[in-house]
Amino acid sequence: MTAAHQFLEQARKVTRDLRHRGLIQTALRKYEVKRDEKKRAFPDWESARQAAAEVKWDAINHLDTYLEDFVARLESRGTRVHWASTAAEARDAILGVVRERKAKAIIKSKAMTAEEIHLNDALEKEGYAVVESDLGEYIVQLRHEPPYHIVFPAMHLTRDEISDLFHRELGSAQTREPEELTMIARRVMRQKYITADVGITGANFAVAETGMISITENEGNARLTAALPKTMITLLGIEKVIPALEDLALFLPMLATAGAGQTLTGYNTMYSGPRQAGEADGPEEWHVVLLDNRRTELLADPEQRDALHCIRCGACLNVCPIFKNVGGHTYGTAYSGPIGSVITPHLRGLKDWKHLSGASSLCGACTEACPVKIDLHHHLLQNRRNAVVEDAPILERLAYQLFAMVVNHPTLWQFAKELGRTFQPLHRWVLRSKLDPARAWTATRDIPPMAEMSFKEWWRTRR
Amino acid sequence: MSAREQILGRIREALRKPAPFPGHGHGGNDEHPGHEHAATPALLDRGGIAQPIIPLRPSVAARPWLPPGGVTHQEQWERFCIASTELKTTVFEFGSIEEAHAKLREMAIAQAWTGVASHHGPLTDAAVTALALPTLFTDGGYPVNDLEKCSVGITECDALVAQTGSILVTSRSTGGRALSVLPPHHLVLARRGQLVPDLGTALEQSKRRYAPDWPSMISFITGPSRTGDIERILVLGAHGPKQLTVFLLP
Ligand code: SF4
Repeated sequence: MTAAHQFLEQARKVTRDLRHRGLIQTALRKYEVKRDEKKRAFPDWESARQAAAEVKWDAINHLDTYLEDFVARLESRGTRVHWASTAAEARDAILGVVRERKAKAIIKSKAMTAEEIHLNDALEKEGYAVVESDLGEYIVQLRHEPPYHIVFPAMHLTRDEISDLFHRELGSAQTREPEELTMIARRVMRQKYITADVGITGANFAVAETGMISITENEGNARLTAALPKTMITLLGIEKVIPALEDLALFLPMLATAGAGQTLTGYNTMYSGPRQAGEADGPEEWHVVLLDNRRTELLADPEQRDALHCIRCGACLNVCPIFKNVGGHTYGTAYSGPIGSVITPHLRGLKDWKHLSGASSLCGACTEACPVKIDLHHHLLQNRRNAVVEDAPILERLAYQLFAMVVNHPTLWQFAKELGRTFQPLHRWVLRSKLDPARAWTATRDIPPMAEMSFKEWWRTRR
Repeated sequence: MSAREQILGRIREALRKPAPFPGHGHGGNDEHPGHEHAATPALLDRGGIAQPIIPLRPSVAARPWLPPGGVTHQEQWERFCIASTELKTTVFEFGSIEEAHAKLREMAIAQAWTGVASHHGPLTDAAVTALALPTLFTDGGYPVNDLEKCSVGITECDALVAQTGSILVTSRSTGGRALSVLPPHHLVLARRGQLVPDLGTALEQSKRRYAPDWPSMISFITGPSRTGDIERILVLGAHGPKQLTVFLLP
């Protein structure tokens, strides 16, 4: 089954699922109220967005310089940097470290880049046990499912489902209290932190000026992942670079506000190296894996280059009418929602993923929500255009040529109308059946009856 | 060719075509070749900021558009307290060190602390002595299991941020990476003068203090550890401390 078929089939199922709709809408309504409240604390949110867009523009349009700065500073403090052109190279780099350290237990904090390269599968195939430490990620990992949303991985589940899951997988008692459920996971995770020998993290920003990565999280799981295991590995896309440390003073509050309706996320932590002389703890070694995986192809398209400005806040997903109805898993991609629909065709091929450009009502809510002002809905249109240029749909083109011919010739048009009026009454016998020639339309919509008289005919009777 | 050279090569090749500067319409519009706009003129004539000779970084120019931290100490402290209430951080202000130590002893009894984890520093040393409980100092290394069993982690901090209600800790000045997240309660001892208006100021201050020899970790802690991963309902103490307490000392 192609990705497009899979999308349609899933979407059909999920849009009819009222329980799903209720759950997502309640969650996102809560988010919207909080986000609006936090946005009001900004004296000028719009100008702040413009500034954020400009900083990201600067970073991405001088990416080579900033990346080299970032890496040189990291390396000067004892961090090992691995460059990976492809997902496979990134997996190999990480597997190499894990093998060399003879790791027995691996703890991981949330990283969408790791989803992108299917890191957990690769580690598990080699016999390594990886545990996701973020609560939402842990829940979906226990369900053998990908995260539902880039920021809220388990938002499609009710507390009862989670309780059942914990009961089944961990043998815990059933409970309806989110607090108790969280504590069950906390207890499990504590032991994992203490025994893990490798910790894997992602990163939200890479600061060129100081050679630091910055991790944003609420739970403290990334803090512990970066504190206790002897070996730390961080995987990040090359587009995460920002020029200066002070840029974080802008991005951290904007990310928290747009992403989760918070003033600031619980922990915002900058790492500049492994444990340094005189420090109490921290990993003995730190490996940073820089991933390209076709980001440079997106970079080569000046029209859509700004899609690399994305700070993965998830705001565009939260406001997207398509996302809210079809849900995160329907996309079948690591990055879902508007930003996923924009970048996936670049990262994984336009041919197989162009259908995502159609998963948009072009309402522009995503563009308006984006804290770094990515022109998301226009990019979706550009992807549609590119798809047609690359691979013209012959039948569609013929159909339009035929249509153009008919509407350009009054006699033909008249004839078509007569034909329609004569045969439409017969349509109801085959309506929505396999024989219905207009089934693509009528399956989900009504066909209005044709008027008995056209305007032209009516005008004639008046005279 | 190494992967590094390949990636950098692809980046340089890609960047030969300029991208439009943000806010100048969409599409590959060659009338806005971008690089000339780096001085961000749109930013500089806003809000009465005079055009500086060296163009301001957009993120510095953006300071007045971000949530304010307050001008006077009083304002800043009020904001810190409001933010803390919302975050469920408990905050106390003391007129003297003795008062603070008395409160500490009271909390130790009320919460039945059995062991304390801390690091050496003028404020923490005095507090730990006043508490007279078994104490684990993390400086220079410690057994992780012992730290996990402590009832409370007591640390100093580098700054308190009024704008966001955050506490800045580092791996060098506040006892390492785990002390502020592993015990179930994190108690912070801060001096009045450590309160700063906003994140920008806190970062600048750290830069003056440390660069280029940075602690391997610096962290803004904003409230106790939290999660909303189950039906978006707030739960405290997901992995880190369930309780965060700030003592403001004279
Ligand atoms: S595209 Fe914009 S709104 Fe969407 S996740 Fe990225 S930064 Fe957030």
